Amino acid sequence: MSLAYETIATLRHRLLSKEIHPRDILKDLFTQIDAREKTLHAYTYLNRESALAAAEKTDLSLPLGGIPIALKDNLNALGDPCTCASKILEGYKAPYDATAVSLLRQAGSILLGRTNMDEFAMGSSTENSALGLTRNPWDPTRIPGGSSGGSAAAVAGRIALAALGSDTGGSIRQPAALCGCVGLKPTYGRISRYGLVAFASSLDQIGPLTRTVEDSALLLSVLAGHDPRDNTTDLRPPEKFLTQKNGSVQGLRFGLPKEYFLPGMDSETESAIRSAADWFKKNGATLVDVSLPHTPTAIAVYYILATAEASANLARFDGVRYGRRATDARDVLDLYHRTRSEGFGAEVKRRIILGTFVLSQGYADAYYRQAQKVRALLRQDFEKAFTQCDLLLTPTSPEPAFPLGERTQDPLKMYLADVFTISTNLAGNGAISLPCGFTKSNLPIGLQLIGPRFGEETILRAAHAFEQAHDFFQRLPPS
Amino acid sequence: MSTPAKWEAVIGLEVHVQLLTQTKMFCGCTNHYGDAPTSHVCPVCLGLPGSLPVPNEEAIRLTLLTGLMLGCTLAPVARFDRKNYFYPDMPKNYQISQYDDPLCAGGQVPLDPFLFPKEIQDTAEAKAGRAIRLTRIHLEEDVAKSFHFEDRSGIDFNRAGTPLMEIVSEADLRTPGEAFSFLGSLRQVLLAGHVSHADMEKGQMRCDVNVSVRPIGQKEFGTKVELKNLNSTSGVRRALTYEIARQITACEKGEAIAHETRRWDDEAGATFTMRTKEKAHDYRYFPDPDLLPVRTDQGLLEAARTRLPELPSVLQARLIQAFGVTAYQASVLGADRILCAYFEKAAAQAKSKATVANWILNDFLSTQPDPATTPILPEFFGELADLVADGTINSAQAKKVFAELMANPASPREIVKRLGLAQISDVSALGTYCDEAIAANPRSVEDYRAGKTNAINALKGFVMKKSQGKANPLQVDEILKAKLSA
Repeated sequence: MSLAYETIATLRHRLLSKEIHPRDILKDLFTQIDAREKTLHAYTYLNRESALAAAEKTDLSLPLGGIPIALKDNLNALGDPCTCASKILEGYKAPYDATAVSLLRQAGSILLGRTNMDEFAMGSSTENSALGLTRNPWDPTRIPGGSSGGSAAAVAGRIALAALGSDTGGSIRQPAALCGCVGLKPTYGRISRYGLVAFASSLDQIGPLTRTVEDSALLLSVLAGHDPRDNTTDLRPPEKFLTQKNGSVQGLRFGLPKEYFLPGMDSETESAIRSAADWFKKNGATLVDVSLPHTPTAIAVYYILATAEASANLARFDGVRYGRRATDARDVLDLYHRTRSEGFGAEVKRRIILGTFVLSQGYADAYYRQAQKVRALLRQDFEKAFTQCDLLLTPTSPEPAFPLGERTQDPLKMYLADVFTISTNLAGNGAISLPCGFTKSNLPIGLQLIGPRFGEETILRAAHAFEQAHDFFQRLPPS
Repeated sequence: MSTPAKWEAVIGLEVHVQLLTQTKMFCGCTNHYGDAPTSHVCPVCLGLPGSLPVPNEEAIRLTLLTGLMLGCTLAPVARFDRKNYFYPDMPKNYQISQYDDPLCAGGQVPLDPFLFPKEIQDTAEAKAGRAIRLTRIHLEEDVAKSFHFEDRSGIDFNRAGTPLMEIVSEADLRTPGEAFSFLGSLRQVLLAGHVSHADMEKGQMRCDVNVSVRPIGQKEFGTKVELKNLNSTSGVRRALTYEIARQITACEKGEAIAHETRRWDDEAGATFTMRTKEKAHDYRYFPDPDLLPVRTDQGLLEAARTRLPELPSVLQARLIQAFGVTAYQASVLGADRILCAYFEKAAAQAKSKATVANWILNDFLSTQPDPATTPILPEFFGELADLVADGTINSAQAKKVFAELMANPASPREIVKRLGLAQISDVSALGTYCDEAIAANPRSVEDYRAGKTNAINALKGFVMKKSQGKANPLQVDEILKAKLSA
């Protein structure tokens, strides 16, 4: 079998036993890529030559020695493009390494390529990419989710072993759910954001997309930790995750928030989530009904705060210092107008305008500051819930992957795709999405486990136990 | 120059101060001016995608220290905000500043009477001893520097992201002289704390002025005008003098004052409209999500406290009390800490401490010395003052000793010996000189006895000449008088 189908953990064993060489992994991946990338379009850029060169001098004693990893196209890796799937960063080459990228390098991994995304991570379908759309490996007529849709499609489509993504409102978990892989959004402050092109700084978090929970833990162990370059990273000492895998969920309390199980929700999704809950119960866990009463406000709060932050974060793309610059500008104001009008896509413009509006004099009290207050209440919801349970168990997405083009003209409907993931970012908690079933039409369904802040170990333990007791992660999309 | 009695001006200042830190405000780049353009830059201060700011704790400490020196209320928790506007010299198109929760609030700057312009130091305005209240002090990052060439512009990013402290005064100032003294007095405090070199002409301290006029007795403020391009303390004074007169003339003609920003043109000696403020800029301030709130109560404040220097007002009072210097001398000494330390060393052992101040501030300073490196030991001035005080040399001889001291630095006692200058105070020797003088100048003796007391000067001059200037003039005077009235 092609090495492209293996997990990182397995490949590491085989590398260490000298059974295979890092170049074998790359060769198999490139064979797969050649066969499937044309359909999937998961990548915006491939490091073919530099990856093969790197494979010849890897240090296998390192935790990720010889393991190729794909990066979402908003993570700076020195010398590689970093387009954020935007025309405005056309031709831009990263002049430095993000901390996460530098940690991957130090851990011995090989940078495989850069994955497609919604422009500046704004979207839930990867259809907002200026570099073309990405298809769902399970059904190429459907979206892969977003914004880390390229990362999810590459991992699920077996053209990457693992990829990094970023999650601002669900951008790792929702595509992971829709593509049938494991997506982890760590607690805010767990992984350095230095070098991640910011969308909404108080919500953004880097995380891994992998085939298995074990691989997810492996990557988190490499990436987690305080970074003196990121003021918002937590000061706790580095941790190694999931070092013990006894598969037990005995005694764990799972909270089922009633606001996440609504009448009229997708029935196949609901029954898959209920079966997952039953499995935990059967294996010694208890189920608790909990409430996160401010959940209905989350989308509104999110689209105020995230866009407000984005309006400032994206102000730097002005054509003066780097990236695309409009030609024949009359003066500097005209340069700004034209560069940004030509360089940004419709959704990015929509959010910049929305964010500028909610911060404007006369409106900031009603929108931005009010949303900050509600955010504090949402955070309290979670704190309160975690006095009653150890993990929250919810669907990741209200429904499986929807058809390409279905919602591109209806932004509000598109925003609802993140209804179950957004609150976690607002509260700052960590959460994972892992496959928990398939629809009749063979589309993956994702289970979300949300932990208390810095509760990744519990999340990973429970997710691993569930995963290993089922075969969902082993199922392959049609080739 | 002076405001007609009917009107008074209301003035508030916003002072930007460059801080003496090794590195920039939010990155590790060197904070230094005058190097090759854009040579101290990194992803953070260039605002590259993905970069993040990390606050410079030394800049926070210096701001807290300034707050302590000026009697501000210091925030236990402060925050950084983003101030949004587009400008090519601002890499992120937002400036990290402080809006709702600045590091320091309140406080005041006491106006030093001797830091008013020279010619009005004797007026009631200068002697009023007012203290100007502060609104706040906050910390922010500076922008890059634009250069405009014939057909294009260039930006030097070395200044981008360097720490900048903004001190905002209440609208307490009433005259250009007060504004002048405010800037000088504030500078003394900043120098005392080693916070900044605060030299306006080098751009280390920059000042925006808000000024309006109103009839005396009216409580409401008039329409305020902001003045920019003020590059020196005297420029601030000149600009205010012009602008106040302009506003009063307009008001007296019944014209409305436009709410606008005006540019001071130092050469033309006038202010000109830069932009009107009808459309107030909306900076859309919000807390910077990249930066955690700053807890000043966990070490930063304590560290700042240990660096509290002796404040100018305290130092001046001590100089007057301990050394008997005049208030003016205390102000001059207080304004130059190195000179002041030199003086204190010089006066420490001296018996005539106030005279030491005269020597240093009048004679020594006029030679434009560098008190930090001069080979003339401060103790020499104490010795010189004491030589005069104990009658070893007279003041004319002292001038000679001083000149020799400057030319060939050595102990004044040695110089006195070397030049054979010691004063003759021996009564019998002086008596002989006096007898000679009386014998040689019968006319003057006659005149003196006839009541022309000035005639004694000729006799004194004879004695001094005879003694080669070494005679103790006070004793000569006494002896001559005694002999003449005998």
